[in-house]
Amino acid sequence: MAKVNIKIEGQSYQVEQGLTILEAARACGYEIPTLCNFNHGECSLASCRVCLVEATGARGLVASCVYPIEEGMEIKISSPKATKARRVSVELILSNHSFHCQQCDKNGHCELLHVAQLVGAREGKFFGEKSETFYDDLNPSLVRDTSKCILCGRCVNRCVNIHGTGILGFERRGFKTFIAPAGNRGFNESPCLLCGQCVNVCPTGALMEKSEIDKLDAAMAAGKYVIVQTAPAVRAALGEEFGLPVGTPVTGKMAAALRRLGFYRVYDTNFGADLTIMEEANELLSRIKNGGTLPMITSCSPGWINYAEYFYPEVLDNLSSCKSPHQMQGAIIKSYFAKEKGIDPKDIVTVSIMPCTAKKFEKERPVMEANGLRDVDIVLTTRELARIIKRAGINFNKLPDEDFDQDIMGDYTGAGVIFGVTGGVMEAALRTAYKALTGTERKPIEFHEVRGLEGIKEAEIDLGAAKIKVAVASGMRNASKLLDQIKEGKSPYTFIEIMCCPGGCINGGGQPFVKPMLMPNEDDDIFETYREKRANALYSEDERQVLRQSHNNPQIIELYEKYLGEPNSHLAHELLHTTYNKDREQYPTKK
Amino acid sequence: MGKLNKTAESHILEIIERYKNEKTPLMLILSDIQKEYGYIPLEVQELVSAKTGIPVAEIYGVVTFYSYFSLKPKGKYVIGVCLGTACYVKGSQQIIDKFEELLNIKPGETTEDGLFTIDALRCIGACGIAPAVSINGKVYSKMTVSQVSKVIESYRKEVANV
Repeated sequence: MAKVNIKIEGQSYQVEQGLTILEAARACGYEIPTLCNFNHGECSLASCRVCLVEATGARGLVASCVYPIEEGMEIKISSPKATKARRVSVELILSNHSFHCQQCDKNGHCELLHVAQLVGAREGKFFGEKSETFYDDLNPSLVRDTSKCILCGRCVNRCVNIHGTGILGFERRGFKTFIAPAGNRGFNESPCLLCGQCVNVCPTGALMEKSEIDKLDAAMAAGKYVIVQTAPAVRAALGEEFGLPVGTPVTGKMAAALRRLGFYRVYDTNFGADLTIMEEANELLSRIKNGGTLPMITSCSPGWINYAEYFYPEVLDNLSSCKSPHQMQGAIIKSYFAKEKGIDPKDIVTVSIMPCTAKKFEKERPVMEANGLRDVDIVLTTRELARIIKRAGINFNKLPDEDFDQDIMGDYTGAGVIFGVTGGVMEAALRTAYKALTGTERKPIEFHEVRGLEGIKEAEIDLGAAKIKVAVASGMRNASKLLDQIKEGKSPYTFIEIMCCPGGCINGGGQPFVKPMLMPNEDDDIFETYREKRANALYSEDERQVLRQSHNNPQIIELYEKYLGEPNSHLAHELLHTTYNKDREQYPTKK
Repeated sequence: MGKLNKTAESHILEIIERYKNEKTPLMLILSDIQKEYGYIPLEVQELVSAKTGIPVAEIYGVVTFYSYFSLKPKGKYVIGVCLGTACYVKGSQQIIDKFEELLNIKPGETTEDGLFTIDALRCIGACGIAPAVSINGKVYSKMTVSQVSKVIESYRKEVANV
């Protein structure tokens, strides 16, 4: 790559040709404040005007996020003119912003507030008319509050880039501009997957999960048996909320914190994941044996289910009928657990801590119940869990490592742990399918073919008696390629795993925010590496487990012996399986 | 979807087909639909999205960005009042106010009888005859507030005589 000579603040540097001023400055150790730019130009509309600098050869000040460097360019970041311009840019954004900072859930992760401090923006500098604002919380997962939106466009780009759906767009023009689903509809009246990836990239509190902390408080106050379960991906990221390095597994501290929060039982969704594998692997084998619809596709990711219903109703028969792990576990808590403990299931409130916003919607689906009782009553994101831990005054980092409760559903295997990363469900299912087909455990246990963070992975797997082709996809833009093959009748695969969020649940829409500007102690490339670091936290926990195949979980075996009978039994179907909606309209007619 | 009738659907598909070789066909498609139907409702945008792969939200953004496009049917007579700089200093704000008062609608709205729509325009390039008003392509030069009611009446008569 050719190099060019530039000067920043009078110092000479050599940098790669073709960079923007912002990127070049970053390579030289300068962090120019910016709001709209992120992820190497994934969104770069130069709309916020916060990154203005002086550069020779340019007329006036330039937006460094889009202006390319040239040979001999001299850049001034801290000249009085540039400093003042950046401050005024931020003050103008603030003049049209809703100030409810201390009750904003983005507080502590707000890039606008951070940048406002950096540039020395004065509060209330400009007064005047404000844009008309809109508030949408008509769905169970997400809240859109345009009074906090700075029109950077990150969410618009993120949605279309990873899913191809592009639910959000700019509407109207000029001062009246706002970001919304087409027609300023609610997320519930548009084909939004509710995955929350837009929430993760939003620099302010304009997009957030819909909090259910109040529901939890009410259940606790009512003296219910409040039973909590935590998804595998939560432990790989929760520590970030307490300043621990990205990729630090905090399983033991998390269990300790949940116990101190007063939950009646603290369980791991990994038990539910093991149960899912028992049902799903057997469903796969039975479809292969009996000529059922193939390829079979996993059904753990509620964002993916939303996508399938909205955009590919033709493939719904390919989906496994299994509920997702936390729904299964919720159903088992309110049936088997309640029976074993002699508790009236009506007095049980099940809470799931999930890396996901779509799970909040999933638990509300009419089919997610058994005997008139909701499988799961409350879903909190990883971020909401961190909030209630902090609220309770628990010093998370000083907690001892504790175990989950061990009775009835305390055991879990490494197969359950890796559900949280793309390829994990596939690998867990293959471990069990291999045993079922060959009668022996596969060696090595790991299926490295389906690991890694690529958008689409494929492999041919030797299951002893048969070889099957499998594929793994995350991000709906990737998944659509596999789905088009199925629609055209050309899919070469027997089994496909699909996860909505790129990289799987470790990168879910309910996970702690990864904002490089707010993480000075992380590596420079943290935005490229955080998914891998979180994935490694799960794979290492899998390796530490003595039991690593779902079918070897003794409490799962006991559950089938004492209660369910066998996988895919009549009772198992009643409690653990679900149906999908073939007639979901993308933009239903408004009433 | 499925709210469009078969004739309209096949005609809109035909419009989309016209521009299948264009790199950026959206404006061309929307212009033709606007020209031929007078408006571009959401269900039509959904159809355009399904055929072009452009997200509905992006199409909706384009439709609401340009005042030429309309989400709702426009009236039989579209009254365009120029609020560009030259017309504005010559008093076009008072003229549009008068239209609003007499028709009891705001700019962008249509009267209940479906006859009139008021559009606020930004410079139609007729500064020499400011303030200018354009109704269905017919330009009224050096418009005055007192002429407004007569102009409206002339169109009402036109309808009554048909």
